[in-house]
Amino acid sequence: MTGTTTGIKDLFTRNIRTSGIYIAFVAIVGLFAILTGGTSLSPMNVTNLVLQYSYILILAIGMVMVIIAGHIDLSVGSVVAVTGAVSAVLVIRNDMPWWVGVLAALACGVVIGAWQGFWVAFVGIPAFITTLAGMLMFRGLTLLVLNNTSLSPFPQPYRDIAAGFQNGILGGPGYDVFTLVIFGIAVAGYVFSAWRTRRSRIAYEQPVVAFPLFIVQLVAVGAVVMWFAWQLANARGLPNVLILLAVLIIAYSLVTTRTVFGRHVYAIGGNLSAAMLSGVKVRWVNFGVMLNMGILASVAGVVFSARSNAAQPAAGNMFELDAIAACFIGGAAVTGGVGRVTGAIVGGLIMAVMSNGMQLMGVPQSVQSVVKGLVLLLAVAFDVYNKRRAGAR
Amino acid sequence: MPKHILEMRKITKTFPGVKALSDVELEVEEGEIHGICGENGAGKSTLMKVLSGVYPFGTYDGDIVYDGEVQKFHSIPDSEAKGIVIIHQELALIPYLSVAENIFLGNERRGRGGAIDWNVTNHEAMKLLERVGLQENPTTPVNQLGVGKQQLIEIAKALSKEVRLLILDEPTSALNDDDSEHLLGLLRTLKEEQGITSIMISHKLNEIAEICDRTTIIRDGHTIETFPVSGEEGIQDRIIRGMVGRDLTNRYPSRDHVVGDEVLRVENWNVFHPTQPGRIVVEDASFNVRKGEVVGIAGVMGAGRTELAMSLFGRSYGRDITGKVFMHGEEIQISDVSSAIKHGLAYATEDRKRYGLNLIDDVRRNISAAALFKLSKRGWVNGNKEIKVAEEYRGSMNIKTPTVMQTVGNLSGGNQQKVVLSKWIYSDAEVLILDEPTRGIDVGAKYEIYTIINRLVAAGKAVIIISSELPELLGTCDRIYTLAFGRVTGEVPVAEATQEKLMTLMTQEKEVRA
Repeated sequence: MTGTTTGIKDLFTRNIRTSGIYIAFVAIVGLFAILTGGTSLSPMNVTNLVLQYSYILILAIGMVMVIIAGHIDLSVGSVVAVTGAVSAVLVIRNDMPWWVGVLAALACGVVIGAWQGFWVAFVGIPAFITTLAGMLMFRGLTLLVLNNTSLSPFPQPYRDIAAGFQNGILGGPGYDVFTLVIFGIAVAGYVFSAWRTRRSRIAYEQPVVAFPLFIVQLVAVGAVVMWFAWQLANARGLPNVLILLAVLIIAYSLVTTRTVFGRHVYAIGGNLSAAMLSGVKVRWVNFGVMLNMGILASVAGVVFSARSNAAQPAAGNMFELDAIAACFIGGAAVTGGVGRVTGAIVGGLIMAVMSNGMQLMGVPQSVQSVVKGLVLLLAVAFDVYNKRRAGAR
Repeated sequence: MPKHILEMRKITKTFPGVKALSDVELEVEEGEIHGICGENGAGKSTLMKVLSGVYPFGTYDGDIVYDGEVQKFHSIPDSEAKGIVIIHQELALIPYLSVAENIFLGNERRGRGGAIDWNVTNHEAMKLLERVGLQENPTTPVNQLGVGKQQLIEIAKALSKEVRLLILDEPTSALNDDDSEHLLGLLRTLKEEQGITSIMISHKLNEIAEICDRTTIIRDGHTIETFPVSGEEGIQDRIIRGMVGRDLTNRYPSRDHVVGDEVLRVENWNVFHPTQPGRIVVEDASFNVRKGEVVGIAGVMGAGRTELAMSLFGRSYGRDITGKVFMHGEEIQISDVSSAIKHGLAYATEDRKRYGLNLIDDVRRNISAAALFKLSKRGWVNGNKEIKVAEEYRGSMNIKTPTVMQTVGNLSGGNQQKVVLSKWIYSDAEVLILDEPTRGIDVGAKYEIYTIINRLVAAGKAVIIISSELPELLGTCDRIYTLAFGRVTGEVPVAEATQEKLMTLMTQEKEVRA
């Protein structure tokens, strides 16, 4: 026997929880392409979208792990602000090199993550409380560090972290060949790894999707990615921040699905007592999850300050809510134990495409907020409905 | 001819892809206690959910005739209005509310202006408590009462709804012998004095034989037969035959007793209660287990059995733990669960849903959960090898699931227990402590679990079984320790053990020292 195959219908019904989100994403992209007369898909706007929402996506990666472990982190917006502020004080006020600012911000993230991890994991204060306190404290520290004023501008190398591009390396007639080559390599890598996974699944007699469907899947993903690359290549090339984001997404997808640590995060969220009695070092895993959130929040802090070319007292306000919303739209469960990094990213992109599309259409801020809230509510309602249907027996 | 209070005719209930019930017939006479037996997954609970309106009229085929009329229940309040009350296996009381508040929850006694009349509430609660033989203050929060008393409160709650047909799903599964006895006595009293008809679902065949007038056997969604239970010899065997569809000539598979050298020895083990300072839970316990040996620990609930096992298993319970543990004659230090696993200990909990399994995850990951170190290199898990391992256990342990990617929460109790055992066998444990390994699983699966235990000891493992079912211990163990009030009160080779002897030791109070 060479493993059983799964048909397309089965694929959708079985994975409605995870595939539903991709369908919704495509639908929303399509909807706004029509509503904006194609503007939302223009090269310049696609590039902008990446630059503008990258820090939310970075936060969502850390947040989804926190949520899978059964916690929540309300402090990330304030952490973004305080790490950006520390960096700005060093680089702008004290004329230090740009990388000193970056390292200081990351070090700050480590300390903050360890601080919150200590209270959550070793003292046993619920993360909701710990990070609510953190939200107030780090906002206060931001004001203190910045003396209640904003600092700007950053030197060019620092700004390039979030606003720079890799282009022109290989030249190109009106579009950037380098971008296309990089994306081409990425698609080839994806095809290769998908092929290898399929081969080994067959070798272990596990069900795989039918072969024609598998090819369709590869071609579809490849086409979408290359279209995206084409749009970027026609605008300003490959954004630095996209490279950073891609590295983080791949790394954290692997961490959550392939490592012992990742497994333990899911185990803790799924059933804390069972995890404990299976030898999972619950405290250290919780500590690790909160530490990691602190570090990723500081990365987002650097990217955000570089992008806005300033450190402001009110920076990062409400970012935590966008990141949390991204996770839940992306299929994470409120009770923990369920969620995926890719889901959170797509959830974040749905929020991004919606905000961006509505901005292009000139929808007022007030209405945007209402729509985003409704989408969050409906996404979770859909999830709850699915679960109830699955558990109806 | 006695009047039928309930007739369920040709009940068929289908779920997507599964026919849970097909043409099930159930006739219950007025004023009898009617037992329902069947393996887990046979359809007993589904049938009761159809009856009580959890699955509303229209979602099943067939007729429910109650009191001579065809009923169309759309919800639980519909059936309760007719006096049909179901008490589920998992108690549905609210821990911080008082006894009286729980009894009248959703059915509050109101005074003028709609406000709750506390005098009436508490007074009526008191009268209901009297009827179920419980002497408690109605204002006591229910979490201060034991499980046995909580079960009685559930019945009082049912009485407050003027119940005529009481349905109990596994009412004694969490109760000790005394409480079970009391509960069964109460059902009999309700029947004789108040004419209340009961339907009792139970895995405990001796209870069915003791208390029921008639019993119906359900297997794979079909009614097999209904017959009177006259309390005569052989009735339990007849029930088992009906449930499993075959003769179980021996409920406990036989094995060769080849006992080797000592593997684990525990000396002078003391454990204190985690939150009540000074309260000793396990006192000066010493015991050992040898290679290829099955050792039983017998004790009533609350004797400290689980506390002993969990405190040993990486200090998962209690505080101020003192005592010595030896593996193969060498003293070891167990600081936490992962070091216990590394030293070759395994503990399969009595409450697999709460402490044993990640119910929302799949079979594969539950099996590997305690031994990811065997599947990983530098922190990276080999997912394909993991699947292979899971498939091996699915085969060797006969776990009935379409694939190892199936969510564990969807499996039956017996199969969930096999997943728990697979997890610990895969962790390469030398000593497996199995806490109530067959609780809440059906006769057929029990036999399989015993077979697995035999296979383990044949492979040179040592097994400790904690159980409150004495026949089970007598049928499976080589040696039995008795535990009473946290102390080891006896050590009996199985050849010399009888239920009476064990029970005497299990209830032995501490002798008063001069």
